[in-house]
Amino acid sequence: MATNDSSTAAAAGPQSGLRAMRFSVRLESLLVLAVLVVALSILSPYFLSVSNFLNILLATAVIGILGFGATFVIAAAGIDLSLGSVLALSGVLGALSVNALDLPWPVAIVTCLAVGAFCGLINGLLNAKAGIPAFIVTLGMLGVARGLGLVFTNGQPVYGMPDPIVFLGQGRPFGVPMPVFVFIAVAIVAHFVLAYTRFGKYAQVIGDNETAARAMGIRVDRHRIALYMVSGTLAGVAGLLFLARVNAGDPTAGLNYELTAITAAILGGTNLFGGRASVLGTLIGALVMGVLQNGLNLLAVSSFYQQMAIGAVLVLAVWLDQVNRARGQR
Amino acid sequence: MALLELASISKHFGAIQAVNDVSLSLEAGEVTGLMGDNGAGKSTLVKMIAGNFRPSHGAMRLEGTELVMHRPVDARRHGIEIVHQDLALCDNLTAAANVFLGRELRVGVGPFRILDYASMYKRAGQIFAELKSETRPRDLVKQMSGGQRQAVAIARTMLSKAKIVLMDEPTAAISVRQVAEVLNLIRHLRDQGLAVVLISHRMPDVFSVADRVIVMRRGRKVADKKIADSSPEEVTGLITGAIERA
Ligand SMILES: Nc1ncnc2c1ncn2[C@@H]1O[C@H](COP(=O)(O)OP(=O)(O)OP(=O)(O)O)[C@@H](O)[C@H]1O
Ligand SMILES: [Mg+2]
Repeated sequence: MATNDSSTAAAAGPQSGLRAMRFSVRLESLLVLAVLVVALSILSPYFLSVSNFLNILLATAVIGILGFGATFVIAAAGIDLSLGSVLALSGVLGALSVNALDLPWPVAIVTCLAVGAFCGLINGLLNAKAGIPAFIVTLGMLGVARGLGLVFTNGQPVYGMPDPIVFLGQGRPFGVPMPVFVFIAVAIVAHFVLAYTRFGKYAQVIGDNETAARAMGIRVDRHRIALYMVSGTLAGVAGLLFLARVNAGDPTAGLNYELTAITAAILGGTNLFGGRASVLGTLIGALVMGVLQNGLNLLAVSSFYQQMAIGAVLVLAVWLDQVNRARGQR
Repeated sequence: MALLELASISKHFGAIQAVNDVSLSLEAGEVTGLMGDNGAGKSTLVKMIAGNFRPSHGAMRLEGTELVMHRPVDARRHGIEIVHQDLALCDNLTAAANVFLGRELRVGVGPFRILDYASMYKRAGQIFAELKSETRPRDLVKQMSGGQRQAVAIARTMLSKAKIVLMDEPTAAISVRQVAEVLNLIRHLRDQGLAVVLISHRMPDVFSVADRVIVMRRGRKVADKKIADSSPEEVTGLITGAIERA
């Protein structure tokens, strides 16, 4: 009895409807994660250790945060292909603000977030007000933001960040990398907003039935713009973490990350066509991607093949979802 | 004084004149049947009353005061509720979430307010019981039958104390037994002093429950008379155009 939201809660009886809505973590994605972990534990002696586990979390932080952004936008039947480029642009401008302009370190944080939010605003306005399809708008932003980052830096990384920023990327309180703390905090807030607030609910309503959303008085255009600003801002957070971790604003950072982020969201059970979305699902999806990459690294598989693996997983995840849906609608 | 008065209301979509110079009034405690062929402008007319469309021309007065609405919530605030022809439901949401769509119950203070799922389930359950519907608040709409979906859409009109309930083909997709329930509900609303507008293509429904019938043809109102003074034959003629006006 696999319905299209065969969630962990769906089997739990009459109360399943709402739980499915709030948690909708796809059983398959947990299964995939478990299989990967078991397989890699057998294949590599280095896989199963606390330090490698922390490595995976560290590597997953940036992808996961982008994935949360993707989740909000996809919930409303949108898409954001500019995540990786916006990550780079906000990192570059954040770096330049403290490096070239010599402003105090908190400015770097504010700049990263503001640049991300601004890119999201432009995406949202062009999509909701000018009526250009999200796919095209964000594809355009992918090019423009990437190009801007290269222009501002002449293509060279901007090295040297103030200590507090470096700590944000490289510090290890209690042995746990700082970005992991940020990742967990963002995950909690994002889950809460998507599942328990009107803002998150309406994102899914718009993706489910836009006509109904309008009929019930939801300001659809305004909401769309806000959603793109959320994904842009989260790309800014990811850009900040990236900048802090490598101690440089790198205009080539985050290349193709949107691919991984969207894959994580879809893998986690967020419906590519909107209406159903889960931050916890995306978290698991991102962990799958993180474990996969870590495993391929440990097994010394070339990064060329890793690209192929990510692309294949994306297609596979969407296909799985479609098969499930077809079975559910018998 | 009429509860709601429409004065020379028109609505055009580009070149399409969907509603053309319609005046009418709704009285409290009265059921008005609104009939007409496909595309006659019935839905467009009630959507203007419900705040979904703004009229191109004309004015609306509620209890004597000018009614200007920008969004559906404005209409609800004035006690105007509507059951949309397409029901306007979200498949991936629960019955309760659909009932409260656009006016969710929340707990908390200021900007930190979260959805109060427990209260919404409870209230939605009460409304379904009142409607004698077997719909369960926690079920997802995509798993529901046509009748249950209809019940969800109708339940929305009972969230707050309404003055006017507009029903756009509420009996189109449901069984005979459920039709009887909906008609009973309409009588119940009327007895409570509400004005009800029932859009339907089913002559028996209108003639069994309505006090008055309005017929529209190609955007214009061609008849507005007491049910007692009319007959199904006459209404059929008015709808098809065999009878020009009455
Ligand atoms: N949003 C819209 N944009 C453009 N044209 C519209 C819109 N809504 C309705 N129309 C047009 O207005 C006319 C009246 O439509 P309306 O839906 O009011 O008819 P109706 O009487 O409700 O018909 P039915 O019995 O089929 O529901 C039709 O020609 C329709 O195509
Ligand atoms: Mg209609």
